[in-house]
Amino acid sequence: MMKHVKVIAGATLKATPGIGCGECQTSCQSACKTSCTVANQKCENRNRK
Amino acid sequence: MIHKFSLLDRNIVVDVESGAVLTLDPTAFALLDYASAEMPENPPEEALSAVDASESEIRESWNELREMVSEGLLFAPAQELDPDITKVMGFAPVKALCLHVAHDCNLRCKYCFASTGDFGTGRKLMPPEVAKKAIDFVVKRSGKRQNIEIDFFGGEPLLAMDTVKETIEYCKNFPEKNFRFTITTNGVALDDETIDYINEHMSNVVLSLDGRKPINDEMRPAPNGKGSFDVIVPKFQKLVKDRKPTGKDYYVRGTFTKKNLDFADDVIEMYNLGFDQLSIEPVVADKLENIPSEENRKIVEEYALTEADLPTIYREYERLVEEMLKNRDFNFFHFNIDLEQGPCVIKRLRGCGAGFEYVAITPEGDIYPCHQFVGKPEYLMGNVFTDGFDTKIAEQFGRLNVYTRPDCADCWAKYYCSGGCNAANLAANGALDKAYKMGCDLERKRVECAIALKVREMEEDA
Repeated sequence: MMKHVKVIAGATLKATPGIGCGECQTSCQSACKTSCTVANQKCENRNRK
Repeated sequence: MIHKFSLLDRNIVVDVESGAVLTLDPTAFALLDYASAEMPENPPEEALSAVDASESEIRESWNELREMVSEGLLFAPAQELDPDITKVMGFAPVKALCLHVAHDCNLRCKYCFASTGDFGTGRKLMPPEVAKKAIDFVVKRSGKRQNIEIDFFGGEPLLAMDTVKETIEYCKNFPEKNFRFTITTNGVALDDETIDYINEHMSNVVLSLDGRKPINDEMRPAPNGKGSFDVIVPKFQKLVKDRKPTGKDYYVRGTFTKKNLDFADDVIEMYNLGFDQLSIEPVVADKLENIPSEENRKIVEEYALTEADLPTIYREYERLVEEMLKNRDFNFFHFNIDLEQGPCVIKRLRGCGAGFEYVAITPEGDIYPCHQFVGKPEYLMGNVFTDGFDTKIAEQFGRLNVYTRPDCADCWAKYYCSGGCNAANLAANGALDKAYKMGCDLERKRVECAIALKVREMEEDA
């Protein structure tokens, strides 16, 4: 148990698969229309572990 | 690469390449300035004298940081790309359309990037035949993709509801595809029948409102100069009240300008009006030197954001995230973040999809990389009636990613933002791959707020 450091999220980027399934929404489509962000996008890959 | 910041009473570290997020106590946070991927067994002498803590506390913190490095959660090496990712970088099927069903509008918003609705190309509505050809186009170009997004956009798309309805009916001819419809509306032409139709058929609806009445009414007047707030708010309230039981998405989306740098109050006003899925975006303004009329230049000068506004805007995002921590009953679009199971790597490298996965179609059937390129002849990609599609432009956009954009190399937020908005880059710097600096600064601040809020929520929910 660490006293000074707390892990909120692990190495999520490395755990993701190499090629996306492409079924997710395009990022500008939802609400922004004038900027770009992907952090709030939902993954829609049904086979993703 | 790491990024450290303090927000919402937490010291937070983002490990850029692994995606790990850590919180640190003050000793470990200060010690981080002396840490690196190498991490010798003992902390450097200067750290022992500079960090305000006992030597045993410093050594204990150092060992914990070393453990994080050895586990690949701090100073992780750069992503090694799967060769297949680079292979598909220039190509992807078209899977989303921004269908400009109306190049006309019943409001005269002062900041409209579509030149009050017609994109500078004359007022017109999209005939149903054009919309159907556009659907044929996307079905043909979508390959094996099942989900297809159609965004009814304008101008004001409610002015072309017949085309909207015929389009949705036509999509039933392709049962192998899962169509998801979105409509972005200013709400003026909403009536009970249209509200019912939208709630039944649209998986998402974006409702334009700038927040407080005086703010909204100054920037979003009708052609006769009268404000739109009193007309649209009751209609939006009915739409959202009827929609909630369906569980379908909606956003009330506003724009902030130099005139409302206290825009957190506008988001809170949206919440007080009964809405809980909220977004507010910084205004996109033309460069003053590109505006021919002096009168228009003056108007733009009054509302355009400048770098001098950044500290105020940062503080305002912080105020908003503090409010959200107190009241978790509403969502702010840019503060949604999934730290555990977010988008895959390829999505994070080139998120927006404009010009290859996502294109805009004008009322004439002309194809452009996205709604913000409409009317720029050098970006005309083809027309749905000739099925011509300029794959060179598509490839040019498809190859844009955080590795090919020079300004992204050293940015800690690159995997959250995916390289920024091509249209904003072009408007600011005349090049698709040259970052619009202010847009990047704002995005980094929003991502910090989103991460800090998520950290606090995860702690509270644990």
